[in-house]
Amino acid sequence: MRLWDRFLHSFISPGLWVPFGSIVLGFLVGAIIMAFGGFNPFVAYAALMQKAFGSPYNIGEMLREMTPLLLTGLSVAFAFRAGLLNIGTAGQMVMGSLGAALVGVLVPLPPIVHAIVALFVGVLFGALWGSLVGYLKAYRGVNEVIAAIMLNWVALYFANYVIRTAILDPQQKQRSLYVASSARINADFLSALFQNARLSYGFLLALLMVYVFWFLLYRTRLGFELRAVGAGAEAAQYAGIRIGRQVIVTMFLSGAFSGLAGAIEVLGVYGYMTISTVHASYGFDGIAVALLGGATALGTLFSAFLFAVLSYGAAGMQFAADVPLEVSRVVMAAILFFVAASALVRSLYTVTLGRMRRGSLESEVNRS
Amino acid sequence: MKPKSDQAGVYVSGTTHGEKPGESFQGTTGGTEHEPIVRMVEITKRFGEFVANDRISLDLYRGEIHALLGENGAGKTTLMNVLFGYYQPDGGKIFMNGHEVVIKGPDMAHALGIGMVHQHFKLVDRFTVTENIILGAEPRAGFTIDRSRAREIVERLAGQYGLYVDPDRRIEEITIGAGQRVEILKMLYRGADVLILDEPTAVLTPQEVHELLNILRSLAAQGKAILLITHKLKEILAVADRVTIIRRGRLVGTLPVRETDAATLAEMMVGRRVIFNLDKAPFQPGRVMLTVRDVKEARSGADALKGVSFSIRAGEIYGIAGVDGNGQSALIEALTGLRRIASGEVLLEDKPIHNANPRTVFESGVGHIPEDRHRRGLILDFPLYENLVLNTYYQSPYTVRGLIQPLAMQKQAERLIQAFDVRASHLNVPARALSGGNQQKAIIARELSRRPKLLIAAQPTRGLDVGAIEAVHREILKFRDAGGAVLLISFELDEILALSDRIGVMYEGRLVGEVLPHQTSEEALGLMMAGQTARGVKEA
Amino acid sequence: MLGDPCINRKTNFKKGVVHLMKRLSKGFVLTAVFSMLIFTLAACGGGGSTGSSTGETFKVGMVTDIGGINDNSFNQSAWEGLQKFNKETGAEVKYLESKSDADYIPNLNQFVQNGYQLIWGIGYMMGDAIKDVATNNPNAHFGIIDAEVDAPNVESVLFAENEGAFLVGVVAGKMTKTGKVGFVGGAEIPVIKRFEAGFVAGMKAVNPNAQVLINYTGSFNKPDEGKAAAASLYDQGADIVFHAAGQTGDGVFSEAKERRKQGQEVWVIGVDRDQRDLGPEVTLTSMLKRVDIAVDTISTQVKDGKFEAGVKVLTLADGGVDLPEDNPYIPDDVLKEVDQYKQKIKSGELKVPSE
Repeated sequence: MRLWDRFLHSFISPGLWVPFGSIVLGFLVGAIIMAFGGFNPFVAYAALMQKAFGSPYNIGEMLREMTPLLLTGLSVAFAFRAGLLNIGTAGQMVMGSLGAALVGVLVPLPPIVHAIVALFVGVLFGALWGSLVGYLKAYRGVNEVIAAIMLNWVALYFANYVIRTAILDPQQKQRSLYVASSARINADFLSALFQNARLSYGFLLALLMVYVFWFLLYRTRLGFELRAVGAGAEAAQYAGIRIGRQVIVTMFLSGAFSGLAGAIEVLGVYGYMTISTVHASYGFDGIAVALLGGATALGTLFSAFLFAVLSYGAAGMQFAADVPLEVSRVVMAAILFFVAASALVRSLYTVTLGRMRRGSLESEVNRS
Repeated sequence: MKPKSDQAGVYVSGTTHGEKPGESFQGTTGGTEHEPIVRMVEITKRFGEFVANDRISLDLYRGEIHALLGENGAGKTTLMNVLFGYYQPDGGKIFMNGHEVVIKGPDMAHALGIGMVHQHFKLVDRFTVTENIILGAEPRAGFTIDRSRAREIVERLAGQYGLYVDPDRRIEEITIGAGQRVEILKMLYRGADVLILDEPTAVLTPQEVHELLNILRSLAAQGKAILLITHKLKEILAVADRVTIIRRGRLVGTLPVRETDAATLAEMMVGRRVIFNLDKAPFQPGRVMLTVRDVKEARSGADALKGVSFSIRAGEIYGIAGVDGNGQSALIEALTGLRRIASGEVLLEDKPIHNANPRTVFESGVGHIPEDRHRRGLILDFPLYENLVLNTYYQSPYTVRGLIQPLAMQKQAERLIQAFDVRASHLNVPARALSGGNQQKAIIARELSRRPKLLIAAQPTRGLDVGAIEAVHREILKFRDAGGAVLLISFELDEILALSDRIGVMYEGRLVGEVLPHQTSEEALGLMMAGQTARGVKEA
Repeated sequence: MLGDPCINRKTNFKKGVVHLMKRLSKGFVLTAVFSMLIFTLAACGGGGSTGSSTGETFKVGMVTDIGGINDNSFNQSAWEGLQKFNKETGAEVKYLESKSDADYIPNLNQFVQNGYQLIWGIGYMMGDAIKDVATNNPNAHFGIIDAEVDAPNVESVLFAENEGAFLVGVVAGKMTKTGKVGFVGGAEIPVIKRFEAGFVAGMKAVNPNAQVLINYTGSFNKPDEGKAAAASLYDQGADIVFHAAGQTGDGVFSEAKERRKQGQEVWVIGVDRDQRDLGPEVTLTSMLKRVDIAVDTISTQVKDGKFEAGVKVLTLADGGVDLPEDNPYIPDDVLKEVDQYKQKIKSGELKVPSE
């Protein structure tokens, strides 16, 4: 029971009023914008919910949308806990897709084994791509944000090149061949449950990752070191933790989450990988998800769910109320804005009132 | 006018102190002798359920230096923030020159002639002294700032109160002591009659402290009223006319300083008898534990090591005195594996530990109380128990097969907080929420728990109050008496003199002298710290 | 430190932790459950308004590809066709935009579930999705533009882009002064390859020495890349650029307009619809691909109960591809030559290569 308590506790440290207040305000801002645009926000939001929850099929598809959001969210949150901003989730996801697609198309293996190997290679690709950023930061002094943004594009064009030369579908030209059915991770019982929605074992894997995330951080020595570096790099260094190595390991694991997201897209949703000149929005959305979730496991789970509802439900708003898709992005952006703003408010609060409120436990301001 | 010694919760010292507070100093300017310039009556300030100030009264006269004494957390700063308008009191009244005032904010405090010098200066590094002083209240010539007039005003003020500063220097180029003078000038420039100084000596060298106290005397002599927030008894005894003591948010009493002494003040502040004389056992040196031989760094600069040699024996405390920025930090880092040295060697017993990584150094038997406990010593957002195993977490039983064992960590933490009297409401409380003294005790507990051969204690009592200082000193002496070697680095000469068995003085990356504590004085050390080699001191 | 209210540490620790956990965990679960509830309630509340189909009105839906409804190109053109259809017949029409490939299937399903009698998928990239949804919903009817989908309930509409492109190729070949013309393609997919093939053939027919510079950007929704591609072609000496790149092509117009302002005589040939509105001064002509007519016509046929599964190719002869009626910048002799070729193609005398 203690473990469970601690597990729960770890998600809620930042307090709940900030995210929930932000969500309410975010929806309010969206409503105001819609009202100005001549749309009825009540109809629109009802349609959004209808789209996201209206039928088993839609719930299933919404959860399908949630899967990569959750994984990239965990990816960003993980790095964040170690004090790094992983803005390279998009690239790591592409590499994950590529790894999975290559194994899925080119390597003949028996069912199940094939899927596992393809997933594993996808995860590995993403992880290695992430650790490359870590390496550049730790030993070459390259800012991780800049390195990651650059590598996002390198990953994308590299993947396009590999698809074109190694696994291109000669009929379609713009995508790879289908991966072998032995490599697919479709969960027929889940799809059946949700009226043929493209829900795969990937979704279950992603849920499992929420626990893995927590376990890594709070139950392993590695996680302890990682959190130490994130919460106080100098103290961690003084305690004998080698920061450079830690940065690489962190980015490796962070990249693994994104790699898994990419692999699931190929093996569970599409069955192929497209040649694309733009990144899927999941990479950047992951940052938003992690931010709203306070970089905690359950928080990320919840915010991924919310963003999936908004993102998937947006089509419903368009369908029923002719509200442009962008409005749902406005709501997301507004929510994040309020989260960020509240961080500001909270820091002011901590400096003045909060500090004294906790004064029964601690000292006054006057320390050197 | 009289201190409200009939307050609820007042500490009754049992002495005859505190009967006639107004008589112990010379009230100055005519007509105001009997009217305090500031009078705070039964001020109460709550933060949630926590009462930071509980009906505290205090009055302040022109020409008076009034010390506000209390431990960290006693409510001194809160009270001053009420006076300065940062907080609105939940109860009580403030009178200035006999009229009730409601001080709504710092701007209004300025307008009423109240100025505050904060512990951390609020100066713009890139601006000159003059610019900083006039900032926000610039003398204007049309639409532009009248610089020459500003400079004149600053020079006149500086001359009048003996606050020498070069008006054209940038803040980044001047010393901390000078920075403080700029802060004081800033207040005077704004016409402050009441000056609040929050722990002003915490950052100064002995000579600078001396200078500051002289300045305060001169300001008081010219009719300014000065409120000095401090926990340093010596300074109060040296400069203050009256002292108000508060403890845990409550008024203990107000006394004329000439009728009291350090022991009484300390007792009133802490609430129990404080032992000033450290029971220091006779010096019984054992074998050499640490040898530092001609340690040099590759870089240059005043704070780089340029050939440092000394040794410490078992059962010995070796103190390093010096002004901040003369290589102390580099020395600590070189000894603990955080900094590479270019030549020389560091031996722990016979084993070289220079240029090893921090973990190897720690494992070979070095404990380290870091200079900056907030950044190096603790991870403030980690729970107390994790902080208590911060350098052993990877060993059994705290980590088993790659998995951490919180229960084992908590057990160990429990042991340590018992043994070292660390006070926390529970083990899971973040280190941030502990008082400075308890934070430091937690670090000491952690460092001594592995029975090191050498303890490096860097500024071990910085920012702590009397009770905590006492506790820390006791632990250090206990370790020494048990045969441990201690390297003590401190900017507090009192501390160095009280604890050390031998003292090395550091100046510009070298040890410029080595003395025995009973054969030297604060003055002699002060001179050496400024780079002059005193008589009878052997060259390093 | 002595100010700390510190009672018995042992019990205090346990109490503190347990209390905190309980309070927080309860709080969290409650809040989570509560918010889920709100979602669900809101969803239920919104249920009736859009879900049911009256069965009376004829409803046609279309799903755009990731170019979006305002792509100045075939998505927009298709929607214009549906609007016209709506005016003519009073049928209900609606579109859904796709943000990513992942949206194609749910968007199509949205129409299926709302009982739309005909659902259009616009664009080659939607072929797989249409196939998938059509197979799962054998009673629904689908139309797809630019892709060939083999299913009994799908009508695939293809265009003879090569024929139309041949005509603008003739214009370009006649009018280039530098002897170099450019082609900006979206992705290298069969549809766009047909544009390229026809264009090159038309130009070579009238100006065998002229050179065609080809640039594929890889996407249909990136005007910035279209601009960069056009810049590179103009820099290499091309004075006329033909684009077949959807929204990416918008960038070609903006590049041409900038150069025109600096005095360079550069031209653009638009695509899909008369794109003169994007840059009247630089638009030499456009190759019309009448997606609007196709959508309108076929929707009307289906409304009248004449759904025909299979592939329909709309040629020059069918009016599926063409040039705009007036072309102010093209001299009469060139127009005359274009007309001659048009007749030859219509009559089948001239076969235009398609790849």
